[in-house]
Amino acid sequence: MKKRKSMNHKDRTFLLMILPIVAIFFLFNTLPLIRGAVYSFTNYKGYGSYDWVGIRNYIDLFTDIRVGKSYLFTFKYAVSGMILVNVISIMLALALTAKIRIKSTLRGIYFLPNILGGLIVGYIFSFIFTYIIPSIGTALNIGWMQNSILASERYAWIGVLIVGVWQAVAMNTIIYISGLQTIPAEIYEAGMIDGAGAWKTFSSLTLPMLMPFVSINLVVSTKNMLMVFDQIVSLTKGGPAQSTESISYLIYRNGMGGGQFGFQSANAVIFFIVIVAISLCQMWMTNKREEQL
Amino acid sequence: MKKRTTNYMITLLLVLGCITVLFPLYMTIIIAFKQPAEMTNDIGGVLAFPSSWSLANFAEAIRVTDFWHSLFNSLIITVATIVLSILIHSVAGYVIGRNMMEKKSYKFLYFYIVSGMFVPFAILMMPLVKQTSEMGLDNRIGVILLYIVFYMPMNVMLYSGYLKNIPLAMEEAAEMDGASTWTAYWKVLFPMMAPMHATVAILTALGTWNDVMTPLVILSGDSGTTLPLAQLNFQTQFGTNYNLAFASYLLALIPILIFYIICQKQIINGVANGAVKG
Repeated sequence: MKKRKSMNHKDRTFLLMILPIVAIFFLFNTLPLIRGAVYSFTNYKGYGSYDWVGIRNYIDLFTDIRVGKSYLFTFKYAVSGMILVNVISIMLALALTAKIRIKSTLRGIYFLPNILGGLIVGYIFSFIFTYIIPSIGTALNIGWMQNSILASERYAWIGVLIVGVWQAVAMNTIIYISGLQTIPAEIYEAGMIDGAGAWKTFSSLTLPMLMPFVSINLVVSTKNMLMVFDQIVSLTKGGPAQSTESISYLIYRNGMGGGQFGFQSANAVIFFIVIVAISLCQMWMTNKREEQL
Repeated sequence: MKKRTTNYMITLLLVLGCITVLFPLYMTIIIAFKQPAEMTNDIGGVLAFPSSWSLANFAEAIRVTDFWHSLFNSLIITVATIVLSILIHSVAGYVIGRNMMEKKSYKFLYFYIVSGMFVPFAILMMPLVKQTSEMGLDNRIGVILLYIVFYMPMNVMLYSGYLKNIPLAMEEAAEMDGASTWTAYWKVLFPMMAPMHATVAILTALGTWNDVMTPLVILSGDSGTTLPLAQLNFQTQFGTNYNLAFASYLLALIPILIFYIICQKQIINGVANGAVKG
């Protein structure tokens, strides 16, 4: 009897501790999510009155050229970024866990881009792209280098990609380093006895052992790259000719200032579904691979 | 096994690779000290040392961007977010972590909160702007509150994961001595989670300090700016004076650089910890 009473008391304390926290979470995460979904069925401009328009916004989304372009850019950016970031950071992590001198200094330097804010990094690189590289191009008389990459409708996205990768590599490298440190040395010794070469060791020993970390990194880097915003603000503002307008930037720009609150809410709902679907897909795929090994 | 010898080839390549990281910083420092007249069109003119290491640009940048004020805002927002995150998220992680194994409702709660990680800010942004201004929260308090909500999924996951390493016997012993669940938590468990507090503090700090989007849309005109936001405003007004601009960027980077130089080891460990546990 006494025991039961004290258990109830404990459960009540737990409930009192968690309820206010869940309430705040609901109020500023779930509620705006629901409100956003509701607005997506209206023609709300962000001010004044509005009407229900059913699924019109969703139909319009699929025919809107600007939205289509933003999805194209964002995916091109995220897919190339994800591949580049993971390839570079695996190589860097392997190098940084090898037997090298000044190891901790080097690790410290390679992690540096992660702590710097994306906006300021973007401004610094914007200067490199617009002044430094063209002036090198002029000095060496290399044609394609003489104009800023950010001014080219065709290649500006590569400029944004370089900056995004430059920053994202730092974080993924650290995760891969901690992954490599979980691999016991005996496995490598066994590999050496079997006479495995460097590539064979990497592809059949290191990489399979590293798979859980690859899965973390793929999900994290894809999600971050899909949500790219700061770099766009500081490098291109979506230009030239909207060729580097990311989905987040378009929602911000036209939803907040362009009178498309309802329409961009529909865009945001689709964007949310896309992100969830991609993340689940990636986790499912990497889980399957891990089981196979 | 024979001892591996130092690989000088890789060391050399890595040192050379550092240029890609350090060059942008070098350039920032050099340009920040120069005068516009020194910025000739050729590459040497831009990258050579300045003729004098004058602090004039910095003084001007501090004045123009209202540096101290935005530094103060950034500090207050980041510190308040860290402290409140540690206090609130650890409680949430504790209650959920201790109950989710037996009780379905807490298991659901765990997934409910953690799935918040997939909600992009872009979808919350527009409704949140309306909501915060309706509630009179279009100010620093609102930004802090939102950060606490945004970082809750990650931190609850970290805390409840860490809790699995702490045996139930710890708080049961304290409760046997007559302490309530609440006191037992703060007296016994909270201090034991210190390593996770450090990880949470670092991850939350890096995220909030550099964030542009939240203060950009939430803070209304008269509630001031944060450091990154000040750079954005500065850029739209005085973007053409590069020396002034770079002095201002450098000023904005200095606080986090100092923090990094002092706590480099803890920061790298914290980030690695967070990713591996998560």
